[in-house]
Amino acid sequence: MAEGKTIVLKIKRRAGPAEPARWEEFAVAWRPNLNVIACLIAIAENPVTRDGRNTTPVSYESNCLEEVCGACAMVINSRSRQACSALVDQLEQPIRLEPMSKFPIVRDLVVDRSRMFENAKRLRCWVPIDGTYAIGPGPRVAPERQEVAYALSRCMFCGNCLEVCPKVNENSDFVGAALLNQVRLFNAHPTGRMHAHERLQAVRGIGGVQDCDNAQNCVKACPKNIPLTESNNDVNRQALLDAILGWMLR
Amino acid sequence: MSETRIQLIGGGLAGLMAAIRVAELGHPVDLFSVVPVRRSHSVCAQGGINAAKNLKGEGDSTWQHFDDTVYGGDFLQNQPLVKGMCEAAPGIIDLLDRMGVTFNRTAEGLLDFRRFGGTLYHRTAFAGATTGQQLLYALDEQVRRYEAEGRIRKLEGWMFLSAVLDDAGVSRGVCAVSLRSGEIRAFPGDATIVATGGIGSIFGQSTNSVACTGSAQSALFQQGVHYANAEMIQVHPTAIPGEDKCRLISESVRGEGGRVWVPKTPHDARDPRTIPEAERFYFLEEWYPKYGNLVPRDVATRAIHKVVHEEGLGVDGKAMVYLDVTHLPREMLMRKLGGVLEIYEKFVGLDPCEHPMKVFPAQHYTMGGLWVDNETQATNVPGIYAAGECDYQYHGANRLGANSLLSCLYGGMLAGPAAVRYARNLTVSAEATPASVFAREQKRQEEIYDRLRNQEGNESPIRIWREMGETMTRHVTVTRYNKDLAAADAKLAELQERYRSINLADRARWGNQSLHFTRELGNMLVLARLVSQSAILRDESRGAHYKPEFPDRDDERWLRTIRARYEGGKFQFEFDPVDTSLIPPRKRSYKS
Repeated sequence: MAEGKTIVLKIKRRAGPAEPARWEEFAVAWRPNLNVIACLIAIAENPVTRDGRNTTPVSYESNCLEEVCGACAMVINSRSRQACSALVDQLEQPIRLEPMSKFPIVRDLVVDRSRMFENAKRLRCWVPIDGTYAIGPGPRVAPERQEVAYALSRCMFCGNCLEVCPKVNENSDFVGAALLNQVRLFNAHPTGRMHAHERLQAVRGIGGVQDCDNAQNCVKACPKNIPLTESNNDVNRQALLDAILGWMLR
Repeated sequence: MSETRIQLIGGGLAGLMAAIRVAELGHPVDLFSVVPVRRSHSVCAQGGINAAKNLKGEGDSTWQHFDDTVYGGDFLQNQPLVKGMCEAAPGIIDLLDRMGVTFNRTAEGLLDFRRFGGTLYHRTAFAGATTGQQLLYALDEQVRRYEAEGRIRKLEGWMFLSAVLDDAGVSRGVCAVSLRSGEIRAFPGDATIVATGGIGSIFGQSTNSVACTGSAQSALFQQGVHYANAEMIQVHPTAIPGEDKCRLISESVRGEGGRVWVPKTPHDARDPRTIPEAERFYFLEEWYPKYGNLVPRDVATRAIHKVVHEEGLGVDGKAMVYLDVTHLPREMLMRKLGGVLEIYEKFVGLDPCEHPMKVFPAQHYTMGGLWVDNETQATNVPGIYAAGECDYQYHGANRLGANSLLSCLYGGMLAGPAAVRYARNLTVSAEATPASVFAREQKRQEEIYDRLRNQEGNESPIRIWREMGETMTRHVTVTRYNKDLAAADAKLAELQERYRSINLADRARWGNQSLHFTRELGNMLVLARLVSQSAILRDESRGAHYKPEFPDRDDERWLRTIRARYEGGKFQFEFDPVDTSLIPPRKRSYKS
């Protein structure tokens, strides 16, 4: 495309959770290296629809804009992904923006993903340290183990893996791949492992691993390439062993 | 009587560390954050965190770290605090290690360290090239643990508006707005720790996150908290220019062997990979043989400006230079720098292992900030503390790479217990403070919001924000002339006038982002003027503050902290001596 062209966006809007959904179309001037966020800023600067109607700026979440904070997840052309790394030149037009569907809607493209953080609490996703005072270095870790753990620990809680999961729905309590991956991460840590049983018990208690049906959508949707199916299987195996042989393994 | 309650504003590294320390001391914490804390700007820190662990047999020491930091900051720091930070650093790394941060390891299973700018030692611990993210996650998890125990209450999606000050000028809590419902509420708190980060948004496009507006600092400044060295703004040499933000390409890329160069021929149109070595100008290595590509950021940024603007050697004739890692093994690059090279590939569309990256300087860090004392992170207003990027300590006129994560954590570690000590000694608690004190402040904030929602005019907040950013980036960053600074300040005054004619397209309460942004914009304009006016005052060149008309450092006149007060709508400035009791100031040069 050349300068002078415009980009067309179709955005699904909702003024609030109880309000009806509607679609609005916008035209934004094309510039090189534009991403979806830059388009939303342009719309906020001049909130007028393509057919010339005055409207309100579109609400959306964002923060880091370099795909490390997880805030700006939304459904773009039917694909759940981060809006900051969605480059306009790589998208088919009109670009359709919708809020994620698996989380309660707040307004326009903003949804409430606090369920993920609540589940992290229930699954005890942390290394229980004794305190912040000086008690010397942590455990030694082999470089290979660090590399595995690092790959798992890059999860931004963006929620894309939950959005694409057929098992995450209104009729299920399944916590989703991101959370199972957290359980794997902390159960693999030399200190975290000492409390693996508590996490596995919690996994079995709430919508845990037995609900995953290996659709493998999660791993494809993850913007950080976390081996999520591997994590699902690993935690599944751990939970099973813990249920059968729990007291012996502890 | 109720329990002593401490409030935290901001859930980045400094805020979370302070919250953990307060919870550990057994006091309830209210943690306010505009974003879920796991999404705070600390995630953007890439390269690592400094600590003189001396695990590479180089004879590194905490004193050497201290000296590098003070020298890097061009002697504008109060030194005892910096010394304390450098001495605490190895212990802080141990703590993070115990929390489970996935630091890179050596074959022996120990922490690996790499080089960074402004030092000759391997002193930087790192977790790939997403160290800030990994550190923030570790702290986020510890906070969640306390949250599960009911000791920390998170108020995510609440934006700080102001401190609640009683008739004696003592802080009794804060006023905040729910970004979701629009509700404005006053919260009692016995002490408040502000940890709201940098002010990148006043420069429009910077490397900072969207939340880094400086609105909280500005609001506090306008309520009487002093602000120091506002003119000290760091411009990072290597970022990818962008429409919505400038994306940082970490200094660690050079720490691992990346080289900065331009073609010797202006407007050389060849594919950079086909340009022979002899026809490349590795200007940092040539001009600074000892430190090479790892000179401090202010030095590297000025060198890039010189090569591009004065010598006309920018890549493709544009304001850009090459940052090249194509000579390094891909496997090592992916293991140690994967996170940052991924950003380049995703946002530019080229594999940096194959193509030299095109980068240019961008506003990155706020060295100045809320004034705090030299021991406890306390501001001049009783009950208000500050820690992290929003305070002015530790970095002087220029921050060294990988010292920011450290200063955030150290500041948080000091502020938490200090706030608790203060609050325990209060004779009247926040709970016992008359309700009228809270109602008064809440009403004041509601009136400001009502005015914004109802005012008429033809201005758009985004347009004013863009003009502010362009003005600040053009005149108040790398090279500063007094005439331009004055013009910038006049332009900002004009924008403040136009701000009153903002006509909001959205007047709802629920989820009205442009309303909240506009509220912040008013504060941003005040802060932008403060930065410009402080820059006008400092007639010398020191660290990141460079005035061609005053090219030398002038210790006689300007080895001073510029401390600003807000009185009756005007800025008043005072010039305080700097505590240089440990390392006498010496000439700063990275040439040899």
